[in-house]
Order: sequence, then C-alpha cells, then structure tokens
Amino acid sequence: MANTIQHTPLRPQSVHRSGLWDLALLPFVLCVLVVLAFGAQEMATPYQVGTPIDLSLDPLYLPYYLLRTTLRMFIALGFSVVFAFAFALIASRSKAAEKVLVPILDILQSIPILGFMSITVTGFIALFPGNLLGVECAAIFAIFTSQAWNMAFSAYQSFKSIPPELDEASRIFRLSPWQRFWRLDMPFSMPGMLWNMMMSMSGGWFFLVASEAISVSNQDIKLPGVGSFIALAIEQRNLHAIGWAIGAMLIGIMIYDQLFFRPLLAWADKFKFEEGDGNTTPKSWALKLWRRTAWIQTGYAAIVRAFEGTLRHFRLKKDGTSPPTRPVIQHRHAERIWDVIISLVFIASIIKLGIFIHSEVGWPEVGHVLYLGVLTLIRVIVLIAVASIIWVPIGIWIGLNPRIAERSQAVAQFLAAFPANLLFPIFVVGIIHFKLSPDIWLSPLMIFGTQWYILFNVIAGASTIPTELRFAATNLRLSGLLKWRRYYLPAIFPSLVTGALTATGGSWNASIVSEYVTWGDTTLKAEGLGSYIAEMTATGDFPRIALGIGVMCIFVMGFNRFVWRKLYQMAEKGLNF
Amino acid sequence: MSNPILQLRSINKSFRSSDGSDRLVLDNVDFTLAEGEIVALLGQSGSGKSTLLRIMAGLITAESGEVSYRGKPIYGPAAGVSMVFQSFALFPWLTVQKNVELGLEALGVSPAEQTRRAKEAIALIGLEGFEGSLPRELSGGMRQRVGIARALVLEPEVLLMDEAFSALDVMTGEHLRDDILELWQSGKLPTKSLLVVSHNIEEAVMMADRVLIFSSNPGRVRAELPITLGRPRQAKGPEVHHLVDTLYTEMVSPSDHYRTDKNKTVTRTSYGLSTATVAQIEGVLERLVDDPFRGTADLPKLAEVSEISDNAFINAADALVMLGLATIEKGDISVTTLGERFEKGNNERRQEIMGQQLLSSVPFIVNMRQSLEQQSSKEMPFEHLLKVLEFSMNKSDAERVLETMLEWARYGNVIEVDFSKRLIYLPDAD
Repeated sequence: MANTIQHTPLRPQSVHRSGLWDLALLPFVLCVLVVLAFGAQEMATPYQVGTPIDLSLDPLYLPYYLLRTTLRMFIALGFSVVFAFAFALIASRSKAAEKVLVPILDILQSIPILGFMSITVTGFIALFPGNLLGVECAAIFAIFTSQAWNMAFSAYQSFKSIPPELDEASRIFRLSPWQRFWRLDMPFSMPGMLWNMMMSMSGGWFFLVASEAISVSNQDIKLPGVGSFIALAIEQRNLHAIGWAIGAMLIGIMIYDQLFFRPLLAWADKFKFEEGDGNTTPKSWALKLWRRTAWIQTGYAAIVRAFEGTLRHFRLKKDGTSPPTRPVIQHRHAERIWDVIISLVFIASIIKLGIFIHSEVGWPEVGHVLYLGVLTLIRVIVLIAVASIIWVPIGIWIGLNPRIAERSQAVAQFLAAFPANLLFPIFVVGIIHFKLSPDIWLSPLMIFGTQWYILFNVIAGASTIPTELRFAATNLRLSGLLKWRRYYLPAIFPSLVTGALTATGGSWNASIVSEYVTWGDTTLKAEGLGSYIAEMTATGDFPRIALGIGVMCIFVMGFNRFVWRKLYQMAEKGLNF
Repeated sequence: MSNPILQLRSINKSFRSSDGSDRLVLDNVDFTLAEGEIVALLGQSGSGKSTLLRIMAGLITAESGEVSYRGKPIYGPAAGVSMVFQSFALFPWLTVQKNVELGLEALGVSPAEQTRRAKEAIALIGLEGFEGSLPRELSGGMRQRVGIARALVLEPEVLLMDEAFSALDVMTGEHLRDDILELWQSGKLPTKSLLVVSHNIEEAVMMADRVLIFSSNPGRVRAELPITLGRPRQAKGPEVHHLVDTLYTEMVSPSDHYRTDKNKTVTRTSYGLSTATVAQIEGVLERLVDDPFRGTADLPKLAEVSEISDNAFINAADALVMLGLATIEKGDISVTTLGERFEKGNNERRQEIMGQQLLSSVPFIVNMRQSLEQQSSKEMPFEHLLKVLEFSMNKSDAERVLETMLEWARYGNVIEVDFSKRLIYLPDAD
C-alpha cells in the first residue's frame, strides 16, 4: 500500500545503507526492551509495609535507580496523556460536563501534590497487599498529579480552538467520533500537547523526592529511584552523593530528550497549523535512523494499516436523512435544570464544609491558617516581582538574538527540571552558618524551579516582536526609559503575564517543600501555609491537611481570578506605561 | 423543470446576539434545487446566504420549516450532499491523497478502493503528481482543487460551493471556475446540481442557470433572475455584460425595495449603516468624476476601474447615494452637484460637507450625536453603541460597522474618539 507509508517516505538512496542500520539497530532495540521489561518486573516484587527497602548511596546503583525513576515518569506521562485527551473530549463535546469539569480541574490544579499523596497512599498500598506495586502506584499517581493538569488544559483549549471550517468539514464528510479524534482533534492539539508534555516531565523531576520517598501519614517508604537516592543523601548529609544524583539526572534528561522528545518534535512538526511561522524545523538523528531502517518501517506500516482498519470499522452507520434515534430535548430547559443541580450540590457542600470545620478543627484554626496563607502570599508576590525584574531584561536580550534563543532552549529545559531540593543543603548550611532568619532566606527556594517560566515566556514574547517594529524603534532612536515604556514592555507584557501566572501557581505548590527543609537532623522552618501543610502531612492529620489545602486552593484561585485575569484583560487591550 | 433534489420550505433561522435578543437571519425562505441546474446565491455579507447553505448541508438546523433531500427530511449532513469551503478546510497534516480519501475512509471503503477512487478524482481535477504533497506545499488554487477533489470523490448528487473562489486571486479563481464549468458541460461530473454562494456578480452570471439575490435583515430572497445563455459564456460579451449590469443595479440600491415592500413590517435598522471606508468612498467618487466617466458611469465599469472587491464597491456606491453625493438609476451612477463640490473641495471643505450630510441623512450618527449631547458627562462607551447595533446584526459585523461609523463621524468632525478608553465624546466647540 503506497498510501499507508506515505507519512515516512523511504528515500531510494538510503536503501543501500539500510542493511547496516538494520543490523546495528536490532540489538539496540532488543536491549532497550529487555531493560524496560526488567524495570517493570522489579516494580512488582513482594513487599511488606514496614520493612525498609535496601538503598545504597553507591553511584554504581544510580543507572538502575535512573531506570526505575524514568520508567515511573513515563508511565505517569502515559496516563497523563490519556487523561488529558479524555478530559478534553468530554469537556469540549458536552456543555453540561464542561460546566462542572473545567472548574474541578482548576481546583485540582491548585492542590499541592503532597495533598494527593497523603490522601491516596494508604489506599494504593491496600490495593496490592504484600506487593511493592501498591507503593509504586502511589508514587506514579503522585507524579501523574504533577504532570496531568496543564496537559489536560492544553488539550481542552486546543479542542475548543479547532477552526470552525475544519469542524464543518469533518461533519460534512461524516467522520465518526473515533475518526474525528484521530484525524482532527489529536493532530490539531499535538504541538501544544508536546510542549506541555516536556514541561510536565520537568515538573515531575521537581517533585521527584516527594513522590518517591514517601513520608506521609506516618509511612516511611523509599522506593528505589533517583528521588529516594537524593532523600537518603540529604538524611546522611552526603554532598558527594547529591553531586552524583545531579549528574545522573542530567544524563537521564539528555537520553530521553534525544530518544523520545526530539524525534517526537521532529515528527509532529507537520501538525503545526500555522503555515510558515518558525522557519526552523526540528531535526532528530533518532527519527532519521528510524526512518532508514527497513524492518522498523515495515512494522510501522503494519501498525498504521491496523490502526486505519479501526478507523474504517468505527464509522458512522447513519446518514443525515435517517431520523434521530433520540428525540431532541428542549435544550434551554435541560440547561436550566442542570444549573439548579450544580447550585444545589454547591450549597450542600458549603454547609457540609462548615459543619466539618466546626467539629474537626474549630474556627480559630481557620483564622490562623488564613494568616499563614497571607504570609506565603507575600513571599510569592515579592519573589515573582524580583524574578521579573531580573529575568525580563535578560529574556528580552536573548529573545532579540535568535541565535542565542535557539540554543538556550535545551539549557532552559534542564534548568526547569532541576529539582530545587538539591540546592537546599547549600541554603541550610548557609542559613545556619550566618545565623540568618529562615523566614526570609528559605523563600528563594520557592521560586527556584518556577522562575524559568517567566524567562521562557519573555524570550518567546521578545522573539515574536516583528522585525519592522524593531527597525522602527531603532529608526526613531528610542532610548532609555522611553524605549522600555513604549516598546519593550508593551511588546512582551502578555507573555510576561502568562509566565508569571504559571510561575505563581508553581511557587505555591513549591512552598510546601521549601518552607520546611531538612538536612540530616537539622530542620528549618519558615512560617507559612506551605510549612503548615508539610508538617500536617508528616503527622498524617487529615482534617488539617484538608484545611491547609483548601485554603491554598482559595488563595491560588482567588489570585487567578482577581489579579491575573485583570492583567490579561489589560494586556489584551494593549497597554501603555 | 426536472426533479427537485433539495427542497426548503418556509425556513426560519435566528441567532442569539450577545444581549440575549434573537436576530432573524432567514425569514420564511423557500427554495428548490432541481436536477441538472447550477444556482447562484448572491448577497452582501451577513445576508444569511451562508446560513442557508449550511442548513442545506445539514450543518445547522432551522428553527422552523422543512428541509428535504430527495423527499426525505434532513437531520444532519446527508451522504449525497458535499461541500467546498471558502478557506479550503484541508487537513494540513494529511497529504493530498489522504485528504481526498478522508470521506471514503469515513464511509469504510476498502484501502485499495480508496486509493483508486482518490487517484481518479485527483486526475479529474488536474492534480496528478501532487498526491504525496502536504497542503502547505501547494498554491491557493491547487489547494482549492484538492478541496474540490475531496468533495467530488464521494460522487455527491449536490455540490455546495461556499464562496469557493473568493480566497483566490482573480486569475486563478476564473481559471478554476472555467475548469469546473468545463467538467460540468462534459458530463464527467457525478454531480447533478451545483449551488454556488458568491458575492462576485460576474462569477454568478458566468456559472448559474438561476441567480437568487438575498436581502439582509432579515434574510430573504429579494429577486430571482433566470439566465438562459448557453455555455461556454463569454465574459466580455454583451449578454453577460447586460446581466451583470442588471444585477448590480438590483444589489446597490436596496432601499427602494424596502419602501415598496408593504406586506411586511420591515426593520429599517440596517438602513443607513455601511462598512465603506472614507478612502473607498472618496476613491470611487474621484474615479466617477475623472476621465473617462466625467460624472456618469456604468456600474460594472466603474467597479472595474475602482480595483476593489464587488462587495466593497457596492458598499461604497451605496454610501455615496446615502450621503447624497451620487444617484443611481438603471445601472448608471451619476454624481450630484454636492458630490462634485465634495470632490473638488480641499480637505477642510470635504470634512464640512461630510459633517452636514452625516447629521442630515445617517440616522445612527444623528442619534449618536444627540444622545451624547444629552449625557451629562458628554461621553459614551463603545459598548453602548455596539449594543444598539447588535439588535440587527451579529457581533463581528457590529464591530465592523461601528468602526466605519466612527471613522465617518470623526472625519465629519461630529464626534471625537478615544480608542484606548473605547469612548466617544463631543469635539471641543470652536
């Protein structure tokens, strides 16, 4: 079938070499499969709760730990992709579901991952008694919660912004839901999805320690992996081991970037909807190799053929002239009834919540937690402001120099993935040595992992400034303050808002790990909502965890509603400083 | 007339505008598409012709009335009806071959059969050799050929063309149109009827056996013109020219028809509104006064030298009449004495005349000025004006009309505008 393999044309000149590639690649692919199978098998070893798992700080074990960790992250990523598409499909096809699901995702997004962890870990362990799989599931779920939400939003927004004429075409040609998903929805959302997958992987690394070294609800389980390795190194105050872990992480990121994301990016370039924007097409040696290898091609073509078989199978059986099976309901009535149900559920949960707080924690505690929230809020605002002042000029400079911008992508991705936990020892040692106040000096850790969002977005914004505008600014000899007020700031403001919004969300989440820091037996604590949740999680006090998380959600969502939305509107109107 | 394929009976359709009120876009429309004919729907943008096309395609449902295909009522897109889109609507990630196969795949046709039929359609439309290309690698004209092949491969009885040539440059559009007509004449097309939505008058005359003119607000068929000329038709021939002339006249001065139509209470909100820019109005007027016309011109000829789209030209001519700068009679447009003074005048003079005319003959601007004077703050937000406009048109049209009205009013010194605050206010009294 000439048409089934047209996606990946086999060039005649590569046929000669293909024999060699075939030989070289076969053992490699088999090796990868064996290693993956081994890792998967290790996940399901027998285990009793309470028995410690052997962990070693010997760097020789690191490749094995790296395998376990990446395997976990990719399983979580797989689930996140499925979740994201399922969410987007349901929310974009049904108005009623959309009304409920989108706010729920908004809330889920602002729940810190430790929160999910403390609620679910016992359940997962009970699911597979006597086996490590339960704990693995808990860890994978924790990673999933640090990856899935932004991907789901990305897919949902893509689905909602499908051009109306493509939607009409898919209906005129009577594509079934299954066909439409594979031919329209999925390809259209691919570029945004990939970008978010890469971001999510970075986010996953950031919370790795928290998700592998499970120390919630009086559990103390360290699953074999890089995260636990780091946790152990922190416990034993072993700076060398931390250095090794950083190295292993770097190598891990490079490997999956080269073998997974690069090829995927190069392959997905055809899904870009806008024409002729970026003139740089991503290249990947791995994809080239893949396309030159005959047996992979044969296998790929077979998969494509089988898949297209499902497309033919799941087709619309009906025509526009066949009468609808269900009578059309009065839409406006159904909508109103649905609104009433939602409101009732909302009111009922408010009442329930009031009773719960009254009986379990008491109102004074609520006031105290709100006060802690304000403390953390002040930290977040100050830090975002400081980070913006630092990164905006640098971002603009990089963005206006395309050559540097291109190269900085890989560096930026690594920086975003860099777990701030690894810097904690330095801070702790510094704070103790100089007798500094942890309330102030622990704060920078909060923004360490999230400041990059500001930088990325400013770079992206600056690099899309039209060349004519640049020439005009030079021509008019704009300089000094005027140049900033009239040219730079208005040009990058929308992207700065986007970046700062993401950074703020991340910082709230990071406050839980960075306001409550341990190094060996030293514990430093900054007073705030993050340290409150971290403390309560460690002791397994569920009502207080719930209270802390609830308050954090309110702060995050309130901030989004009242600050960021306003700023977005300002940015849309086009603003002047 | 032979067998009807598609039939529409008393179709009503309204859309909900942002303030919650319903706006009627199709008012009691009857239409029949018969076997073997090409019908063109002409009308200004927003006149509901695209909505009508989408109702026939089964993409949207009418509020009341009956739509039937071969006597069976339609609930959704029917197998025998296919469509070609203005913006091509190709799937950018699929090759030409795959795009053409899309509808066949949806039907569950076997792969070998898909390939064969797609190749035939691609060959028919003259795209051989481009099967493996992605749409972005093709020119606009070739992309639309893919769009047509994709529709034809399903062997539809009815082919709906929604402004299929208007996104192409003039030469390419005409070339493609002639190719389609040639295929139609040769009998190689499986298609039995063509419905063409257009705002290009010449295109309609060249293609159709029947032309229907749509009026806007609310949309209904205002006039129907049968075209009995044989094919191929000569674009420069006198018969075509005469028909184009007639249609121009019919489309440019709709206000007369509103007045004579006594049966229905006509909402006159749209009357006195325009989207012609000051530059377009001045441009058309200058060409009318200059050589070779010297004050009186044949509408199509003036349209040609004006070098703007039919739609824009009709808008500009309409605006000239509305402002009392020209009159239209029997397909000819003539400048008035005021128009001549305007054309000869310097900028200041022109603005003065514009101001006077706006305050005497454009109700929307008169109202705007009056309500401004009554406001204590002497200012008014855009949103307020948009709301008024949205009674009679959709949101994006309202934005466009408001933009034009503000341009006119500023030009005529009737109001001042602050675009960053989205406010209008009274100019300083001189």
